[in-house]
Amino acid sequence: MIEIKNVKKSFGTKEVLKGVNAVFEKGKINIIIGASGSGKTVLQKCMVGLLKIDSGEILFDGRDFVTMSSEDKKLLRQQLGMLFQGAALFDSMTVEQNVMFPLDMFTDWERKEKLDRVNFVLERVDLKGSNSKRPDELSGGMKKRVGIARAIVLKPKYLFVDEPNSGLDPRTSRLIDTLIHDITKENNITTVVNSHDMNSVMEIGENILYLDQGRNGWSGTSKDVLFSKHENLNNFIFASEFFRDARDMRILEVKGLIEDERDMEKILREGLKSSGSDPSS
Amino acid sequence: MKLFSSFGQYLLMLRGTIRKPENSKMYWKEFMHQSVEIGYGSLGIVVIISIFMGAVSAVQTAYQLVSPLIPKETIALIVRDTVILEFAPTLICIVLAGVVGSKIASELGNMRVSEQIDALEIMGINTKSYLVAPKVLGALLTIPLLVIISMVLGIYGGRLASSLGELVAADAFDRGLQSGFVIKNVYIGLAKAYTFAFIISSVSSYFGYYVRGGALEIGRASTAAVITSCVMILIADYAIAYLFL
Ligand SMILES: Nc1ncnc2c1ncn2[C@@H]1O[C@H](COP(=O)(O)OP(=O)(O)O)[C@@H](O)[C@H]1O
Ligand SMILES: [Mg+2]
Repeated sequence: MIEIKNVKKSFGTKEVLKGVNAVFEKGKINIIIGASGSGKTVLQKCMVGLLKIDSGEILFDGRDFVTMSSEDKKLLRQQLGMLFQGAALFDSMTVEQNVMFPLDMFTDWERKEKLDRVNFVLERVDLKGSNSKRPDELSGGMKKRVGIARAIVLKPKYLFVDEPNSGLDPRTSRLIDTLIHDITKENNITTVVNSHDMNSVMEIGENILYLDQGRNGWSGTSKDVLFSKHENLNNFIFASEFFRDARDMRILEVKGLIEDERDMEKILREGLKSSGSDPSS
Repeated sequence: MKLFSSFGQYLLMLRGTIRKPENSKMYWKEFMHQSVEIGYGSLGIVVIISIFMGAVSAVQTAYQLVSPLIPKETIALIVRDTVILEFAPTLICIVLAGVVGSKIASELGNMRVSEQIDALEIMGINTKSYLVAPKVLGALLTIPLLVIISMVLGIYGGRLASSLGELVAADAFDRGLQSGFVIKNVYIGLAKAYTFAFIISSVSSYFGYYVRGGALEIGRASTAAVITSCVMILIADYAIAYLFL
């Protein structure tokens, strides 16, 4: 579990994070959503220590990352995995060398042992046999998958993912989402994902934090997010007419099925299946 | 003002390189890799430039030495001393500032812009020491070696030009080479080589490491790295000449 308390960060006179509070639960996909420029990347970079916060606390299972000794920080960092927006693969190295790099640096395993682990994670991200490829030979989706493999090779407790779907087609995006979801569940990782893609949010999101220009806008579960009364959040989610219409249609549809309108929200939230009248099934 | 804060940042970067390696084997590997990149990668251009600069200095010295009172062997002696003291260290390092400096700056700049440096930091690696120190040490190992090669080839180029152009016969040239030789000049030449090697590698690393932005800034950073290295080399050259000659 990661907890952040009143985190503030400015660049010069520009205040980017204006006191953010959040709890990111273990074994869950915690998604930070918000418009471009709302501070998602800055928040994540603060959490992993790439940027220094001006004030506040960042607690990894109760231990404050900011005030920790540099030795402890180093150890904690070996438990962090991060998938960067552009994958950030080392382009002078092959796929295998990229994924093996953390093992080379931080373990004293035999080569055979390291290779087994590398092949295991590569297979996990569906890239078996791509060991000797170079990053520039890979498609965007493959790069992300190598990035995931490298991030999880040391079995991290915390996984940070910045915009996993940027630059990917919808199908590849869903594959990457699924991979992040499954890996989180299999290894009981505390996963924090930055996204502005509502598809991901609805698909894999569990806890949602909406950043509104560097402030906590709204937080809750992905089931609640569509029904929030937060105006900016609604404008963000329903930026496309299509989604707004789709929601309204759905509401009308449900309205026709029930007598008491007050149940509507509950039914939508819990899914139509549980009420036994899902028209799409 | 900006100059001072940049210089401060440069010094901080250098201080940051002095850390205990997370894994000495990996650092050693990186050092070897950089030595090959910097040293072996520039060998070809050093060979070509050295031979020609020796040849040109022989021809020009002969052209200026018109007095019949001065023996022709003197050409060899002048070629030897200018090559060892100035041409081999300074000219070669100015060229290396372009070749090696732009390579270092653009390599690090690309790593910065594509977040590879951040990826290393996240893993808990001190990127200043992992990325910069091997480059500086690799340059300190190989650039003086290149300068020694250049000294030898420069003198050889002068000898070749002298006999081809019938300026001085080869045996007279060899006699001239041996007369009035002071080993101190070689030491000064090497002192320059070490100084310039440090300037090239650390200044270019600085410009690459702190790039912000995109591809355009990488290009700008490597140009700035080359220009700054060259200017600093010339200033240091003057300082060393002033102090030791
Ligand atoms: N290193 C920096 N220096 C100055 N301003 C920055 C820096 N990094 C980010 N910002 C600013 O912080 C704001 C939030 O950026 P970011 O976190 O990247 O947004 P998001 O990821 O939500 O799209 C932006 O206005 C951006 O210009
Ligand atoms: Mg971002």
